[in-house]
Amino acid sequence: MGKFFTSVRLKEDLCMGCINCIKRCPTQAIRVRNGKAVITKEFCIDCGECIRICPHHAKEATYDSPDIMKKFEYTVALPAPSLYGQFNHLEDINIVLTALKKMGFDDVYEVSGAAELVSEVSRKYVAEHNEKWPIISTACPSVVRLIQVRFPNLIEHLLPICAPVDLAASKAKEKAMEKTGLPREKIGIIFISPCPAKMTAVKNPIGIDHSEIDGVLAIKEVYPILLPLMKQSIDDVEELSISGRIGIGWGSTGGEAGSLLSENYLAADGIENVIKVLEDLEDDKFDQLEFIELNACAGGCVGGVLTVENPYLAKVKLKRLRKYLPVACNHLSGASVENTFWNDEVNYEPVFKLGKNMKESIANMSRVEELCEKFPRLDCGSCGAPTCKALAEDIVRGVAHEQDCIHILRDYIHRLSDELSRFDIKK
Amino acid sequence: MSNENTIVMTYDVPADDFTRAGEASSNVKSKLKKMGVDPDIIRKVSIAMYEGEINMVIHACGGKIDVTVSPEEIEMVLKDQGPGIEDIELAMQAGYSTAPDNIRSLGFGAGMGLPNMKKYTDEMIIDSVIGVGTTVTMRVKMRE
Repeated sequence: MGKFFTSVRLKEDLCMGCINCIKRCPTQAIRVRNGKAVITKEFCIDCGECIRICPHHAKEATYDSPDIMKKFEYTVALPAPSLYGQFNHLEDINIVLTALKKMGFDDVYEVSGAAELVSEVSRKYVAEHNEKWPIISTACPSVVRLIQVRFPNLIEHLLPICAPVDLAASKAKEKAMEKTGLPREKIGIIFISPCPAKMTAVKNPIGIDHSEIDGVLAIKEVYPILLPLMKQSIDDVEELSISGRIGIGWGSTGGEAGSLLSENYLAADGIENVIKVLEDLEDDKFDQLEFIELNACAGGCVGGVLTVENPYLAKVKLKRLRKYLPVACNHLSGASVENTFWNDEVNYEPVFKLGKNMKESIANMSRVEELCEKFPRLDCGSCGAPTCKALAEDIVRGVAHEQDCIHILRDYIHRLSDELSRFDIKK
Repeated sequence: MSNENTIVMTYDVPADDFTRAGEASSNVKSKLKKMGVDPDIIRKVSIAMYEGEINMVIHACGGKIDVTVSPEEIEMVLKDQGPGIEDIELAMQAGYSTAPDNIRSLGFGAGMGLPNMKKYTDEMIIDSVIGVGTTVTMRVKMRE
């Protein structure tokens, strides 16, 4: 596995080579080359925007098929809290969890349960580290990746605590090994995910040296399987849920920050808004805040590209489900918190750099500026790059040509035909 | 104007337009990242330049900024045709501000602009003539 990985795949036969995805990508990671969209994986943060925008459904996220369960002797489902927001008239989370067992899982371990532990550890960490305020949430892998490649000065503000899903995975695996006596590799920990970024986080984790997650299923694929099984479950619901209001709250924006029980936070969602907040944060404009929760998807995890319900409706449904739950059901009660912290360093990856050294970078930047002067600045996307400036950078990086710009090409052809006609007259 | 080893970036700062204040410094920030400048230096430059840019909007009806990047240093020259600074020493004091109330209500005018610009740069020279304008030159050295 290389240092960079993306979960987004192109279905070549469906790609029309239009400019929708190149225009929408927040890190300008996509180009249309030879009529097809190509992702530069170093630039991709797996936010899923291109999957959302593609009118031809040519982009897809990679995730596992439910068949992956057959690879293991014992399987545990890890439902994300956003899953519960997908169903109409759901009154009891246990119905979903019972249905997951009917689907074939031997056990379930709610990510929201682990989230309550993460909240507790975070509360303590934030209170004890005011020198790092504002501390930035690290639950959304797209946001962490974005900071790693684009906001080097903010890396030190990252909350160095495992995302709830990773803590849930290690807890679920320990519990299953104890219960069954099976070795680690025979137990499958399968995450039911709202987004492709989690798939990337499993293959290429940031902050932790490895993930205990063995497979990732998409909520949208599990949803139709669960619906009939939920109907069957109503009469023999098992009491499986281990989460309270705090844990379920993590499924939508503001839930994580709210769980810190401080008023002094900001919660932003939607990748463009997240970038705006990070830009301002980098310029020291938020010196009064303790915590910043950022979610790449609008609405938070309920807005993930692998979900089925409208994110804002899903948020309402989560709110209803939380109403009669206890505040939290999971407490550390003196347990060791060592394994909830990151164990791997996060370093700046300057993937957008234009040269190997300062001298070369300055020369290349000058060339970019010169090229930009030549281009029409229409940002039409016809060359396959999202903006004239992006084309200029591609040329400098040696992956595109000036005449990829149709306006430059047109002028060139005009000049050529003028010269030819003059040639004709002389003859 | 750029020679082989330097690049000059020029920005016009519009007067009285707070929605655009900060555009120039954020543009410089993104270019410095693409040039692979040390993150710590980028931070200094972008904070100092942002403060200067805001000053030009608040006090000086806008102006012009030239940023020169070389492998040795980054130089920012902020030039305006504003009212000039009456008492530079006083203006340099933390907390001193002549910003009007409507500006303060926007959260600016805390009197930290010039002190921060000095704090985040290795060198700062203010050249100001009453009624003519102010030129602030700031330099941040690249680290070896």
